[in-house]
Amino acid sequence: MTFLDELSRFLGSENVRAQILANLLDHCYLALLPLVFGAVLAIAAGWLGRGRRRVRGVLFVLSNLLYTIPSLALFMVIPGIIGTKFTSSANVVVGLTVYTTALLVRPVLDALDAVPPHVVASATALGYRPARRFFAVELPLAVPVLAAGVRVASVSNISLVSVGALIGTGGLGVLFTDGFQRVYFAPIVVGIVLTLLLALVVDLLLVALRRSLTPWDRAAPGKAEVSAA
Amino acid sequence: MGIEFRGVTKKYPDGTVAVDDLSLTVEDGTITVLVGPSGCGKTTSLRMINRMIEPTAGTVLLDGQDIRESDPAVLRRGIGYVIQHAGLFPHRTVLGNVATVPLLSGWDRRKARQRAAELLETVGLPAELGRRYPAQLSGGQQQRVGVARALAADAPVLLMDEPFSAVDPVVRQGLQDELLRLQARLGKTIVFVTHDIDEAIRLGDKVAVLRVGGRLAQYGTPADVLRHPVDDFVAGFVGKDRGYRGLSFLSAEGVRVEDVPTIRVGSAPDVVEPHWRLAVNDEGEPRGWLPPDSTVDGELAESDLVAGGSLYRQGDPIRGALDAALSSPAGLGVVVDEGGKAIGVVTAHQVLDVIEGHPEGVGGA
Amino acid sequence: MIPELVDWVSDPANWQGTDGVPARVLQHAGYVALALLIAAAIAVPLGLFVGHTRRGAVVLVGSGNAIRALPTLGLVTFLFLLFTDSFVAALIGLVVLGVPPILAGTYAGIQAVDHDVVDAAEGMGMRGGQRLWRIEVPIALPLILGGVRNAVLQLVATAAVAAYVGLGGLGRYLFDGLANFDYGEVTAGAILTALLAVILDLVIAAVQRALVPKGVRIATAGRRAAGPAATEEVVA
Repeated sequence: MTFLDELSRFLGSENVRAQILANLLDHCYLALLPLVFGAVLAIAAGWLGRGRRRVRGVLFVLSNLLYTIPSLALFMVIPGIIGTKFTSSANVVVGLTVYTTALLVRPVLDALDAVPPHVVASATALGYRPARRFFAVELPLAVPVLAAGVRVASVSNISLVSVGALIGTGGLGVLFTDGFQRVYFAPIVVGIVLTLLLALVVDLLLVALRRSLTPWDRAAPGKAEVSAA
Repeated sequence: MGIEFRGVTKKYPDGTVAVDDLSLTVEDGTITVLVGPSGCGKTTSLRMINRMIEPTAGTVLLDGQDIRESDPAVLRRGIGYVIQHAGLFPHRTVLGNVATVPLLSGWDRRKARQRAAELLETVGLPAELGRRYPAQLSGGQQQRVGVARALAADAPVLLMDEPFSAVDPVVRQGLQDELLRLQARLGKTIVFVTHDIDEAIRLGDKVAVLRVGGRLAQYGTPADVLRHPVDDFVAGFVGKDRGYRGLSFLSAEGVRVEDVPTIRVGSAPDVVEPHWRLAVNDEGEPRGWLPPDSTVDGELAESDLVAGGSLYRQGDPIRGALDAALSSPAGLGVVVDEGGKAIGVVTAHQVLDVIEGHPEGVGGA
Repeated sequence: MIPELVDWVSDPANWQGTDGVPARVLQHAGYVALALLIAAAIAVPLGLFVGHTRRGAVVLVGSGNAIRALPTLGLVTFLFLLFTDSFVAALIGLVVLGVPPILAGTYAGIQAVDHDVVDAAEGMGMRGGQRLWRIEVPIALPLILGGVRNAVLQLVATAAVAAYVGLGGLGRYLFDGLANFDYGEVTAGAILTALLAVILDLVIAAVQRALVPKGVRIATAGRRAAGPAATEEVVA
């Protein structure tokens, strides 16, 4: 039997297709929820650390350290820290939130510190209070870097969710453990292809989102290409 | 060591002609400046001398020998090369940078470093900069290191590609002076590329004006190019002020230096006089002007004076004399001797009389 | 969880023999080192070539991104079914995942070398090989080693996942522990894996510090600082 026959037989079953769809949806929320949490936490860290050298230093060291921890190990240490069950999907969500935050803290802080002082000063002069100024002026100017970081994190999260299958959470990773246990190529190949497609689609959506959020920055990518050439 | 371009053309695969049938002889021991707008092929021409670019047609001769007969790397080690941002190696110290070519040519390490240290002095850098890294130097210092590096192998030929255009004007002028001073001592054959006509006139023994498309428009001495531009392109390129610039090549012979009443700073002037008086210090150097009818309480201090204009050093071209007269508050240009001592004044009127009476005249069209 | 962890750690049997912690740590580090060597042997020359000639840069960046999106578990299980040998499958998987970061770092490093510097080196009579090894590689070293550092993190993590298809190393504690409901073993294994990653990262950071030429470090620091490092001299 050729691989294509195997594949069409595997996908021919309605049960299997329904199951794959369920896995795909699980995968989406397991990967994307941490993206949102991570972005919010990184912005909060940016608010805390902006302009404060020592807080910045601590945040950098901490995020470097957390980012170093291998995913599987992180998923398995979390239950010991927050008291969840070993097989809970919360472990994956928390773990990926940690990675996303760790990845975004540095660019967000750098971006906030790169907002020109005269922009902040003129916003203050216009009568913005600090909190409102942060959301109305400083944060929007940090969106391009934040978006770049979120794109990297989304690709990495989508790839890492599969590892969660090893501790029994859902997602496309289930197709890998399934294929491994049944010595069956079809689910593994379907899983890999769907993961890559999902990463691609989410990336395109993030690019579109970023463009709609930063209309003033539309010329920037073109400029970057020119200077890179 | 002379350089000769014989019918040299550089055409790129996309059809662009960078240099078109260039024939030009650079004489031994002179500074020849290639000048022109961007796209005129000046840098391409320069880079064909050390085979960084190979011509599509024609020959470049170095000391009468076709450069295609030499191995490019060996050829280049015998030709100094200085570029716009100096291109210093960031991971090597200043001494390491300067010693690069001697080491490539197989000198032993100690000799190379010793030579490098000498060269730092030659280009006017303090010896302790030798241990620093390029990132720790200012732009002007980096350019000097670039020049020292190019001189290290004692190459008779020096190629300089807009070496001073990235530094600010004050530093640039210092570097230009330094280059002329060095050249007076070393007598290299220098080919210098710039887009700045003032720099070309200041530095060049000969100036080659190139037009877009890589054609030689005019080749001659700076005075020649300023006075007799061959066509509208050259006239336009040398600019509106070329009449005034041309004065840089006219001698001030015939300009009469007149006496001027002086007054010493620190002395107590007891009379009020109805004309300008030049204030000088104890060494006789001009410090400023005391306006007519001024009264001074007690000793004359520098704060009582009106700042003077530019000074004209006796023997310099007439441009300096005119500028001194025009910039002086008293309408009198101060003339100083070699030691900086005031010896008299000139008026713009007199200077203009001399210029008008000059047999060569000034400017062209 | 904590008492179980303490029990496991304080049991001397877990620190001896082929299943003991020292042996497993060495095994894990050994996989990482072997895969790193092979990956570097592939990625560094390729990165130098692409960075130097700029040929194939688009393909390189594109495939690098695709591999980053590749699920490690999917890759490892796929390779295992293909080769039916844990070690071979895991090693190939590790190399596949180790190549892109090193490649990206090397390529970016060579590309980031100031064009003027390379031009000056050529004009001074350095041959191609001299330019590459004496100028471009030393200047690119911080970024090349940054790529190696990322690769090591990826390899430590992937080697743990590869224990699922039967590879040795610290990942064994994770899967054996899960299978036997011995959560002390799982937690201990996870902590050991995390520690190994952190320590290897620190080691490479130290190597990076030692190998990067001082002038390059100063130049990078100067660029990062707000203003220009040196003030302009006045030669008036």
